[in-house]
Amino acid sequence: MSILGNRVLRREDPKFLTVGGTYVGDLPLEGALHVTFVRSTAAHARIESVDVEGARSAPGVVAVYTDADIDAGPVAPMGFLNQAMKRSFLADGVVRYVGEPVIAIVAESREAGADAAELVVIEYEPLPVVVDPEAAVSSETMIFEGADTNVPFELQFPEDPALFDDCEVVVRQRIVNQRVAPCPLEARAAAAEMVEGRLRFFASTQGAHGVKETLVAQLGLAPEDVHVISPDVGGGFGAKGSVYTEELVVGWCARALGRPVRWSETRSDSMVGLGHGRGQVQNVTIGGTRAGQITAYRLNVLQDSGAYADIGAVLPFMTRQMAPGVYAIPKVECSTRSILTNTVPTVAYRGAGRPEATAALERVVDCFAAEIGLDPAQVRRRNLIQADAFPYTTAVGTKYDSGDYLRAFELALENAGYDDLRAEQARRREAGSSDRSVKQIGIGISSYVEITAPIAGGEFGAVEVRPDGKVIVRTGTSPHGQGHATAWSMIVADAMGVALEDIEVIHGDTDIVPRGGGTGGSRSLQLGGTAVNQAAGEVVDRARELAADLLEADPADIVLDKAGGRFHVAGTPSISRSWRELGAASIERDGVPLQAEADFEYPGATFPFGTHVSVVEVDIETGQVRLLRHISVDDAGKIMNPLLAEGQVHGGIAQGVAQALLEEFRYDAGGNPLTANLADYSFISAVELPSFETAFTETPTPLNTLGVKGIGEAGTIGSTPAVHNAVCDALAHLGVRHVDMPATPERVWEAIQSAGGSPTESDTETATGATGPGPGA
Amino acid sequence: MSASKSVRVEIKVNGKAVAAEVEARLLLVQFIRDVAGLKGTNIGCDTTSCGACTVLLNGQSVKSCTVLAAQADGASILTIEGLAPEAGDGSGEGAASLMHPVQRAFHENHGLQCGYCTPGMVMAVTSLIAEAGPGELDEAAIREGLEGNLCRCTGYHNIVASALAAAREAGVAVARTGAGE
Ligand code: FES
Ligand code: FES
Repeated sequence: MSILGNRVLRREDPKFLTVGGTYVGDLPLEGALHVTFVRSTAAHARIESVDVEGARSAPGVVAVYTDADIDAGPVAPMGFLNQAMKRSFLADGVVRYVGEPVIAIVAESREAGADAAELVVIEYEPLPVVVDPEAAVSSETMIFEGADTNVPFELQFPEDPALFDDCEVVVRQRIVNQRVAPCPLEARAAAAEMVEGRLRFFASTQGAHGVKETLVAQLGLAPEDVHVISPDVGGGFGAKGSVYTEELVVGWCARALGRPVRWSETRSDSMVGLGHGRGQVQNVTIGGTRAGQITAYRLNVLQDSGAYADIGAVLPFMTRQMAPGVYAIPKVECSTRSILTNTVPTVAYRGAGRPEATAALERVVDCFAAEIGLDPAQVRRRNLIQADAFPYTTAVGTKYDSGDYLRAFELALENAGYDDLRAEQARRREAGSSDRSVKQIGIGISSYVEITAPIAGGEFGAVEVRPDGKVIVRTGTSPHGQGHATAWSMIVADAMGVALEDIEVIHGDTDIVPRGGGTGGSRSLQLGGTAVNQAAGEVVDRARELAADLLEADPADIVLDKAGGRFHVAGTPSISRSWRELGAASIERDGVPLQAEADFEYPGATFPFGTHVSVVEVDIETGQVRLLRHISVDDAGKIMNPLLAEGQVHGGIAQGVAQALLEEFRYDAGGNPLTANLADYSFISAVELPSFETAFTETPTPLNTLGVKGIGEAGTIGSTPAVHNAVCDALAHLGVRHVDMPATPERVWEAIQSAGGSPTESDTETATGATGPGPGA
Repeated sequence: MSASKSVRVEIKVNGKAVAAEVEARLLLVQFIRDVAGLKGTNIGCDTTSCGACTVLLNGQSVKSCTVLAAQADGASILTIEGLAPEAGDGSGEGAASLMHPVQRAFHENHGLQCGYCTPGMVMAVTSLIAEAGPGELDEAAIREGLEGNLCRCTGYHNIVASALAAAREAGVAVARTGAGE
């Protein structure tokens, strides 16, 4: 019986539970100096003068650097972005957001560095500040003087003026996907040292090989002179998929000084240092028939890119790819524009462009349902892409591999007890009409499809059987909580018939693993897991040949008894060779280890899907929202280990709920961050959440032998709109049509007040009838 | 610039006395990590918000970034490394069975992912269970008790499940409340 699909406990756990993980900040690194960054306190300003003399002569200070001292950089943005928007390692005379690193101080201790930082005097000549992305579109202020534009990237398509002409109902809504802080619990850290002329760099990252490539390119080093190791990593959520200029400075300092250096940022630094997520303003139009058929959809995206053209500027590409979501909509238009503002650059954050697509569509499907007076479940049921339509190519050209959307949808509704919930809601509304202290409930649905392994690129996997029978697995993925060591061991155990305890998984070391794409975009299992599976299969083939030789038989007659981990001639199990014997024989006889390396070729992206149902309770008198239940049905193809898959969904749901109800990274009009530490930022905690009700359906993908898709981001993508819709649903009978995220008590209370606060029939501003399209974004 | 004056402290960490001359401003968490050399206790914030640094101080759970090392002079500290020393670093054969019941519950219920919040969580749960009377802990109480311990990976679902399982084993849990399984 296969181990795959079982709830195997994590092999990673015992270390974390007994002595804790070894994160970058825990590495011994004898005699290491500490790097402290002095960060900009101005959102947009020319640096008039910098006085570092006091810092330079402070006790324990070894060096103080400005950008002029650094003989590397600037870093050019990705090839297809506006190339005038380069970024120096340290601010190059202009600061563009509060938190931008300006000075690097290298000191004997963290405290000495912090003390010296207080002595640096920077004079700023203020420049006009642009914080609001919508205002930035028409702003005269250029964040890069040489660029003549604040748009690093856009995908603009001509609009069909007749797109909605044949619609009986057209509904428009502006939706804000607010800026949030990813907040991995381990903030950023790096360390570097020179070892025999090579740079050894320790990174808290989602991909050691990506860090290596960046160091090689930006420091002008030969690839063989750079060795990157990622030890344990305390969460990433996409944001640690980017390589930051601070990390480049750390590498540069180790070379310049010839001494080990380290850097561990404080949380407050991290809140304005690590990239932010989301940050889209969307103008959405949906149209269809009064009977509930959706026939046309238009999504215009304005992406807040922050002060530099990082990966966040590119993510609307994926928003566009996923714009039509789970529905068979004949006509879809989506244009996107990314815009610079004087804020922390945006990067990937769990979902990275896809949650925004789902948030827009799922919210307006509810608006559409409300407009025509149909149950939102009914509208979804009517428009979902049918199971027999796959592979399915959408109106924007995205090809979905496999799916059974209706199955997941109906199961979610069933698990939620949807009809009972509606009945309970009706009872509360009734009771609430005479007594405002009766808490109202809202029920929100979100059906999603997302794209995993969206970026073309294969993955490396290797399996070796050592002479002592131990099996060493090397992978190019880069787990930081996902449990790859357990999952990859299961794959190898299943393919080879070896015990989990005999398998060791190695990752995150560029000297040991020759190449790798890291972990991000929910790519790991489908690419890295498949590569390992492929390598294991090849090792079995080689072992079979070897066993045939040793047993003087035809390889075709040799069978692998997986229960015992032994090869024998079919029909004569008593004479056999074990993995240990074969591992040893390979070395002894042939002088080569029994091993195989595989590069699984990128087969294309896969498209997980599902439906989430959320139930919230709203106190009409205070605006307080409480999440009562969250029910998810996710389909990520075959489930390798339900325990791990559920864990991914749980974490995703929590982050998704956080966006819907709590978290927002806010600035004042002057570009000063208002939520730059964990006391001010509403990081979701255990009290704001219930336990979740998760389930899976399994529709395999044809794109890999394991039949698996990614599950890392689905929870976030599915949950946010479900919760958001639930809040709006709870208020619908009061005449509230839409509340932007996060649905904080203030916002909800205000929405109730401005809607009049008492039950009304219908009060919407939607254009109805064939009124034609309004202006886009 | 003269940093701050130094003081002599002696703190019993996991049963072993650790004495050192330290800066008066040194935080207990730094003492644990840098003086006692125990890196299991993590730092996740600078506003006493995250609980990653939670340890037991004279049996009481405390965020060790809120206490100066000097204030803990003479005290006894228990960190994640001291909870079940016989389990070592977890790599030995059968280590899982030698772990403390709370550690074991986290393992069996997948109560951790990246592991960064874990030492603090485990210590916080250990203290919650120790402080609860028989039959006193339910899901709501656990969630409230863990409000100051942030986790970004697990959505708390399996942390709560771990805590309930450990509480059940210690005889202090009542049935899981609220919605959910
Ligand atoms: S580090 Fe102590 S509470 Fe965050
Ligand atoms: S397991 Fe990663 S923060 Fe809790």
